Amino acid sequence: MSSAMESDLIHQSAATLAQAIAEGEVSSREVTQAHLDRIAAVDDRVHAFLYVDTEGALAAAEAVDSRRAAGEELGPLAGVPLALKDVLAMKGVPTTCGSRILEGWRPPYDATVVERLRAADVVILGKTNMDEFAMGSSTEHSAYGPTHNPWDLDRIPGGSGGGSAAAVAAFEAPLAIGTDTGGSIRQPAAVTGTVGVKPTYGGVSRFGLVALASSLDQAGPCTRTVMDAALLHAAIGGHDPRDSTSIPDAMPDVVAAAQQADVRGMRIGLVRELSGEGYQAGVEQRFREAVQVLEHLGAEVVEVSCPIFDYALGAYYLILPSECSSNLARFDGMRYGLRVGDDGERSVEEVMSLTREAGFGAEVKRRIMLGTYALSSGYYDAYYGQAQKVRTLIQRDFDAAFAQCDVLVSPTAPTTAFKLGEKVDDPLAMYLNDVATIPVNLAGNCAMSLPVGLAPEDSLPVGLQIMAPAMADDRLYRVGSALEGALQDRWGHLLIEEAPAL
Amino acid sequence: MTEPMPYAEAVAEFEPVIGLEVHVELGTESKMFCSCPTAFGAEPNTQVCPVCLGLPGSMPVMNGAAIESIIRMGLALNCSVVDWCRMARKNYFYPDMPKDYQVSQYDEPICVDGYLDVTVTTDDGPRVFRVEIERVHMEEDTGKLTHAGGATGRIHGADYSLVDYNRAGIPLVEIVTKPVTGTGALAPEVARAYVTELRDIMRGLGVSDVKMEEGSLRCDANVSLNRPGDEWGTRSETKNVNSLRSVERAVRSEIERQAGVLAAGGRVVQETRHFHEDTGQTTPGRSKEQAEDYRYFPEPDLVPIAPDPAWVEQLRAALPEQPSVHRARLAEQWGIGDFEMATLVNAGVLGLVEETVAAGVAPDAARKWWAGELTRVANEREVEPGELGVTPADIGRVEELIATGSLNDKLARQVFEGIMAGEGSADEVVAARGLAVVSDDGALLAAIDEALAAQPDVAEKIKGGKVQAAGAIVGAVMKATRGQADAGKVRDLLLERLGVTE
Repeated sequence: MSSAMESDLIHQSAATLAQAIAEGEVSSREVTQAHLDRIAAVDDRVHAFLYVDTEGALAAAEAVDSRRAAGEELGPLAGVPLALKDVLAMKGVPTTCGSRILEGWRPPYDATVVERLRAADVVILGKTNMDEFAMGSSTEHSAYGPTHNPWDLDRIPGGSGGGSAAAVAAFEAPLAIGTDTGGSIRQPAAVTGTVGVKPTYGGVSRFGLVALASSLDQAGPCTRTVMDAALLHAAIGGHDPRDSTSIPDAMPDVVAAAQQADVRGMRIGLVRELSGEGYQAGVEQRFREAVQVLEHLGAEVVEVSCPIFDYALGAYYLILPSECSSNLARFDGMRYGLRVGDDGERSVEEVMSLTREAGFGAEVKRRIMLGTYALSSGYYDAYYGQAQKVRTLIQRDFDAAFAQCDVLVSPTAPTTAFKLGEKVDDPLAMYLNDVATIPVNLAGNCAMSLPVGLAPEDSLPVGLQIMAPAMADDRLYRVGSALEGALQDRWGHLLIEEAPAL
Repeated sequence: MTEPMPYAEAVAEFEPVIGLEVHVELGTESKMFCSCPTAFGAEPNTQVCPVCLGLPGSMPVMNGAAIESIIRMGLALNCSVVDWCRMARKNYFYPDMPKDYQVSQYDEPICVDGYLDVTVTTDDGPRVFRVEIERVHMEEDTGKLTHAGGATGRIHGADYSLVDYNRAGIPLVEIVTKPVTGTGALAPEVARAYVTELRDIMRGLGVSDVKMEEGSLRCDANVSLNRPGDEWGTRSETKNVNSLRSVERAVRSEIERQAGVLAAGGRVVQETRHFHEDTGQTTPGRSKEQAEDYRYFPEPDLVPIAPDPAWVEQLRAALPEQPSVHRARLAEQWGIGDFEMATLVNAGVLGLVEETVAAGVAPDAARKWWAGELTRVANEREVEPGELGVTPADIGRVEELIATGSLNDKLARQVFEGIMAGEGSADEVVAARGLAVVSDDGALLAAIDEALAAQPDVAEKIKGGKVQAAGAIVGAVMKATRGQADAGKVRDLLLERLGVTE
């Protein structure tokens, strides 16, 4: 390992670090300590982490080091640190989902994703901040205070997985796990200049992922490079018998696709409905330039129309609240977490009610109320029923588009990172951040966001979204890796390296 | 409160319509959505895991054995098995429900449109009623609440309540009849015969131990009354019906109560009512005038169930003999007619007789004890014959003792009395109570001489050839020996003593 790297462990990719650890050039403990030091140095300003498991991380790192010393062959991410979104259960470690109502709860079990990370010898540094129960696009709805965008600490890092994206962007971890229900991996990736992938629904086990909307949620990788995302995706993906909705078929080889990095002969569709009005000029500009790069690389670019996408946001804000109103019912103060008002006199109903009143934030209450209403007798058909029909039509739009194209592309988010506080009191403005990412969640297919430059007007990162059919996640990596390579050639470095020093 | 109307008057004036909802707890090794064991009677909260505790992030996976059981149940009840259906969430807050929703089925039950023919005995001989079955669906059981302190035994007013989640997630099957009309005064008997038949079918299928006293078979009885020619009346739903006998009593009591209300010009309230074993009456529970909104929607954590039709046919082909066919076969083997068989079924002793015959007792003897003495005692004590504490093996032993002349029928009844009083086995009761036919000639002769001396005129008559007068002396001897002598033997000895031949 070069001495430059030794002095700069935090700026390396996960793939590079894993190789250096495997070859004995650096220990996992050194790599882990370097990231813990970085967290100690910057996280008071970024606030990406809700909990740092220093002891656990160092113990895991030492275990990797001793296994390597014993001559064991280790996996492609062995010894590399990772930041885990606080929505995934990790045995013995506080898991809050960004909510007061789960304060103090330590799960007695590991999520499948966590199990697989441990099996891959990934070192888990701690839990990252998020909008409460993953409801939001800015992390401002976290009960524990917002996360700050490393590009500009006065701006939002996206949400709900702003903590995971910011941790990666601030070099506090080379890898993070996010979850994406309507864009919560991709939109934070876009506004922090990082890479984020929402795998095919059923591609990564949801067991241990505290559900927001069961039919939409999916965990996935947050990284600084496409290859790192592929390595992490491969480590956490694949069938899990504990998740009934997990796909039993073998997942495509995403690492090979990232290595292939070749778009020659591919047909790439520009979705007409995901541009124009509402999209910031600099976002559109960088997006168009990136599409030209893909053309130069040998892809054929066509325009496609997905007219039902215009109804996606409306359908989403019926399906998500409906499922979440039921999924969040269990937080009633009876078994774990917060309990309020239990004075020995009050009834069970009163204690449940007081606990939920005190434990949930405004956005969570808003969505629970919306969902409770939408599922009510007499309204079900008009709301939930209609939304499910829209969902089917969106799937058909995708089917028609994928009949013409291998992948579709769009800007990931309509704007670059906005200021903290700017939209927090305007739910509709906040919801519009996800207008381009939501269709994929409704249809269950997969998508990636990767950085394609800085918007000229504000010098903030812009993300491009690649969408592929269900179980064709490999195409995301093939296209993403090719585009990333071409842009890196043009700039001479990754975009994230232009981020200001903290 | 209005006075109930005497039953005969009630059914002369009104026509009852009944409906029965039966819950059967499946006897699967593991729970419906996790691998926790299901054995009854374990220490509270020892058969639980993150899934059946509904911990955040946990997910259900359907138990294949439960699906197989319910399909076999549906087939045995002449239902159609649908080719595709989903589970649904029934949302309501209650501390015995770990998730504050119950995974159940709503508008897509797995088995529909069946029937069950049941036979009741009347003065004019057996009558067959067809009970149509609307649906057979599956759901998960809830935990069990125990309320401490307070006067009502309900959650309101209790000092505190304890929850045992061992039962939470045990698979339950709900079997719902269509409204049963045209039963007239026989409604209570039809209800009982239906539940009895259902229990026997489930037992034959081996899907449940169907013990009403342990709650593995529970019945809710719906009753409404209308005057002939009028529309159906408002129904009540009686819960807490925990024995076959209670099914009959609860329906009868509701008919009497509702008739009283209606005759007095009152209105039957749509409500749940609780049956009380001690009084045989029902008392009002929750009003159902304001239907609770359970906000059902398809369970997004479980994939739809699509039973392979070929598999369903295999299950159908492998069903055991139907109870009606089984009974016909037994009747032939035992040489009894429809009436005798219906008597055994209605007394709820057929299975007991069958087990007793299997234990080596002659069919007539087995029937005599179960349908006679033991049913009489059971009725007197208001319990089921099977709950008396007398086993088929006990009857086998008593019959052996009768065959060897050690007991007679009168003494045998005392032996059963001892067994029912918990005094031990047949042999132990015989020994402890000193129950044995007196066969010592010396002791008998002394008793005979005493009786003859006490009734010299009778002695003279016998000597004079009036042999029929011997009964008075035999009776006196039997009395003196407290029934322990063999009456035939006493008579022989008496005649011999007096030198008289018949």
